[in-house]
Amino acid sequence: MSEFRSTPDGRITDERPWWDVFPWWSLIIVTLLAWMGWQIIDSPDYRLAWERIIPGLALTLQSTVYAFGISLFIALLAGTGQMSRNVVIRNLARTYVEFVRGIPMLPLIFTVALIVVPELTELLNARLTKWFDWEFKLSFQMRATVTLAVIYGAYMAEIFRGGIQSIPPGQSEAGRSLGLSRRQTMKSVVLPQAMRAIIPPMGNDFIAILKDTSLLSVLGALEITQRARQFSASTFKFREGYFVSAFIYLVLTLSLSVLLGVLERRMTRDREGER
Amino acid sequence: MTTVVPGSDRSKPMISLKGVSKTFGRNIRAVIDIDLDVAEGEVVVIVGPSGSGKSTVLRCINLLEVPTAGTVMVDGFDMTSSDTNLDQVRAEVGMVFQQFNLFPHLKAIENITLAQRKVRNRSQEEATDVAMRQLTRVGIPEKADSYPRQLSGGQQQRVAIARSLAMDPKVMLFDEPTSALDPEMVKEVLDVMLGLAHDGMTMVVVTHEMGFAKAAADRLVFIDEGEIVEVGPPEEVFAHPTQERTQAFFNKILH
Ligand SMILES: Nc1ncnc2c1ncn2[C@@H]1O[C@H](COP(=O)(O)OP(=O)(O)OP(=O)(O)O)[C@@H](O)[C@H]1O
Ligand SMILES: [Mg+2]
Repeated sequence: MSEFRSTPDGRITDERPWWDVFPWWSLIIVTLLAWMGWQIIDSPDYRLAWERIIPGLALTLQSTVYAFGISLFIALLAGTGQMSRNVVIRNLARTYVEFVRGIPMLPLIFTVALIVVPELTELLNARLTKWFDWEFKLSFQMRATVTLAVIYGAYMAEIFRGGIQSIPPGQSEAGRSLGLSRRQTMKSVVLPQAMRAIIPPMGNDFIAILKDTSLLSVLGALEITQRARQFSASTFKFREGYFVSAFIYLVLTLSLSVLLGVLERRMTRDREGER
Repeated sequence: MTTVVPGSDRSKPMISLKGVSKTFGRNIRAVIDIDLDVAEGEVVVIVGPSGSGKSTVLRCINLLEVPTAGTVMVDGFDMTSSDTNLDQVRAEVGMVFQQFNLFPHLKAIENITLAQRKVRNRSQEEATDVAMRQLTRVGIPEKADSYPRQLSGGQQQRVAIARSLAMDPKVMLFDEPTSALDPEMVKEVLDVMLGLAHDGMTMVVVTHEMGFAKAAADRLVFIDEGEIVEVGPPEEVFAHPTQERTQAFFNKILH
């Protein structure tokens, strides 16, 4: 047996026929999605499920964008903080990253939403009410969003750190030897190069956050998953409820990864254009 | 006219290393108690076996490597003193690396203007002007808009030299600038360096190119195991090395 295919006339070839190369998986998924779409239009049960669940889309998207924005900010601080020359900053950043990455999401969401946030707000409000006669309140939905941001901040901090450390030391040495300061070298020499390594995994984390907003349902936030749960529980139409929510998530994540693929290809094409 | 400003003091050498040592970790003694003065306009070539500490000595001059002991004076500034603004002095000390270390995300011209603008506070126009002059000096003005990856090794190294020269440095350090080049490109880089030496630039050059040493060096320094073994005019050191280690080294590389 050869590791290569043989042609009808008995030669070996490393060329693959079109049916071997064709991305059948995308055809399968598109077909499934089309079938689901048709169900929603055609079947009253599916249509009802759709009508009850789709209002959760706004909350899902909103939580995703908030959580991503906040986690980006946290990640930049924690990622560069781990490389700080200041021993306190460096170790605080490291502690945060290791701590958060070591705990599963669900218990972390409960801990932050039910313990950390209430105690912090109580502490804060003890002052605020005295001074301003005003109380700071964070809805359960916002608490969960903040938790997601805290979690993904730690993951994305590692992406920042990895991206920066992937730049050969000769680059900053060249910058410093020209008289650029540490900060100038980071901003003009290292970070622009690191962005190429940082953007693709950031995009993947955006998609991961979108999926993980489903965890917000445990706190009762009326996003897609929670609405699917409520619909299914009240009508006993489990199949319709969960199929429709899966359909919505798939459409969102698949279109995002297509978008991300285009972005990545454009980035490599830009690089090749330099050749 | 008796005011003495650092940098205008002709009686002092441009570079002065006194008792410089560098130990990595606990016991890797890369450089041991080195004394070396380089006068303004002088060209010093450093040779020695692999791992002998040549790069480390060079990197101690602009404090890319912080010496474990000893003092480094450049242009009258004590580089090892915490009062010295290192960035300011480094701008006066150009460095050329074996691997070029051009900034790959910037065009040749942008590589050369970046530090001019940020460190020398030159306008975009002035920096571009200077950059074009230096690119012409190294012979590739037509490559201004090319990215490093579009250039040959020899061209990249010449852009790197132009990048340093654009800062109007008082000293140029070269760490094996031709070692990563294909043989046919070595000459174009050495020619640029010979031109610089001819124009009176103060240079410290680590290289295995003995032809360059003969043609340009005022002094040859032979380093082995972190120590200066022998110093002298190149012809003399080549012809009559006084130390056994020097002799053994030249026997190996010249024959
Ligand atoms: N950052 C470092 N950490 C630990 N050891 C180092 C470091 N840099 C250099 N050394 C060691 O110090 C010694 C001198 O190294 P150096 O690079 O100065 O030698 P060199 O003469 O430039 O060698 P080459 O001709 O191979 O470039 C070597 O033993 C090397 O392994
Ligand atoms: Mg070396």
